[in-house]
Amino acid sequence: MTSPRSLLRAVLVGIVSLMLGTSLAIAADEPSPDTEQWAGLRQYLFANRPIADNVGDVVDLDAPFRAEDASVVPIGLKAKIDQSGGRYIRKLWLVVDKNPTPVAASFELTPESGRADVETRIRLEEYTWVRVIAETSDGQLHMARKYVRAAGGCSAPAGKDNEAALARLGKIKFKLEGEVETGKPTLAQMMVSHPNNSGMQMDQVTRLFVPPQYVRHVEVAYGGKVILSADVDFSISENPNFRFYFMPKAGGSELTAKVVDSKDLTFSSTLSLPKVGI
Amino acid sequence: MPALVLTLALTGASGSTRAADPAPVNEVAPGVFVHTGQIAEATRDNDGDTSNWGFVVGERCIAVIDSGGSTATGEALLAAIRSQSPLPVCAVISTHVHPDHILGNAALASLKPAPEFVASQRLPAALAARQSTYTALALRQLGADRAPVFVAPTSLVGAQTVQINLGNRDLTVRSWPTAHTDNDLTVSDETSGTLFAGDLLFVDHIPVLDGSLTGWLAQIPTLRALSATRVVPGHGGVASGAAAVAAAWDREHAYLLDLRDRVRASLRIGTALARAVDTLTAPAGWQLTELYHRRNVTAAYAELEWED
Repeated sequence: MTSPRSLLRAVLVGIVSLMLGTSLAIAADEPSPDTEQWAGLRQYLFANRPIADNVGDVVDLDAPFRAEDASVVPIGLKAKIDQSGGRYIRKLWLVVDKNPTPVAASFELTPESGRADVETRIRLEEYTWVRVIAETSDGQLHMARKYVRAAGGCSAPAGKDNEAALARLGKIKFKLEGEVETGKPTLAQMMVSHPNNSGMQMDQVTRLFVPPQYVRHVEVAYGGKVILSADVDFSISENPNFRFYFMPKAGGSELTAKVVDSKDLTFSSTLSLPKVGI
Repeated sequence: MPALVLTLALTGASGSTRAADPAPVNEVAPGVFVHTGQIAEATRDNDGDTSNWGFVVGERCIAVIDSGGSTATGEALLAAIRSQSPLPVCAVISTHVHPDHILGNAALASLKPAPEFVASQRLPAALAARQSTYTALALRQLGADRAPVFVAPTSLVGAQTVQINLGNRDLTVRSWPTAHTDNDLTVSDETSGTLFAGDLLFVDHIPVLDGSLTGWLAQIPTLRALSATRVVPGHGGVASGAAAVAAAWDREHAYLLDLRDRVRASLRIGTALARAVDTLTAPAGWQLTELYHRRNVTAAYAELEWED
């Protein structure tokens, strides 16, 4: 005979297994995050330093379930701690295990960055783990990761209009995405028109390789101090795009961006800010 | 060219082991044959038969327009030609670089005498940038034993319109500014007033943006004017008669215009890309929206954020 208590237990077990069933179905094609690529990269970037894996208390990663467009996959590196006080995020690495150059970007940040959130876009060809590793000012490492499925259809990580991209080369759009308020982290966006070409493709007719040309360094300064410095490469999408924060302060009247590409061409832009009260 | 030699060897081998069944075709006008592929993603079961292709028969030779998404679709195309006419194939025209339109070319590369493989002058660069991705995609969708073979074009079309004479029948090949892709071609059969639009026109299958949204919108009035009495889309059914032709172009135009206006509105209020993709839902009435609409929003956003 079934007691009410065991009946309740059975129902609970049923609910739990239903929930497990759901999550298993979603994660069906999600392989182990301990990939060969990551083992090598981890050793190369961090040697034997411990990394808090997927705890989510310091850093998080926004990435889509599936890359809708292989050439433009939005990625958000999200800080879970404030960029102030004793402990802040001083460096973020964005790693795409299966990309030809897996370290897509490394960002250096300061307390003046206001908030260690960076959004950018990457190219993605294969099903892969995408990771963000944060180094806090106390030297600790924290990782968040997501498994992203490759795009379907005829989507490719290549640019869509090569001639247009070259014609606009080096144009920078730099703008604020919110109100400027002293002491409150403010969102800004910087985008660079650039083909960000890997140089890995061979033209079948000419048998020539397309020469590589990609953005390799980006620096943003506020009030004369660098608040965001990034080493990047062609894992970042065509027309590299960064959304980031800065902390407005009295006397800070402009943001300046400097971009250097692999041919050592330098592009820069200045964004004048509305007057900030004290 | 090593790639082409490989093609000959491969098709030679498969051709000798099995003769393909002819693919079903409709003679939409005298001498104009069209195969309508499935509205679907390529899978092992459909073997890449997911796009439209056709051929036009002149008094001297035959021109092929697109060839489906696998060597097998090309073999079925060749069998369909042979069931209609013994004339040689003198041109194989690719309307753009996407694998669902060009992978059948592998089955036509071993023809003697060899046809001209005609494509936009921007196709080689686009293919170079995408070939490794398309190879991986085909292996994933069709199966590891169906490795795709890409045939290099032998004749490139630039800004100048090209006439191909098939013997008392002229085809006009036009290259277009960036629209569906940056390497779109259309083929007009002047005799029957038929326009092969490639993927500049989608019918029922949701339009797929892989070039320029504003460019595409700008070209539609000209394309529409060129579709004299009939238009063969890259996907979906053939539209015949002035009213059906106009309706097909208008429907596509409405989707693209709505996409443009909604993405512009999102950009104006500073919506981030990931959020725009989640909020701008697909309009009703199209197939495969789950596969392509979010992607279209992404591509439109990345293009339109450079406006002004």
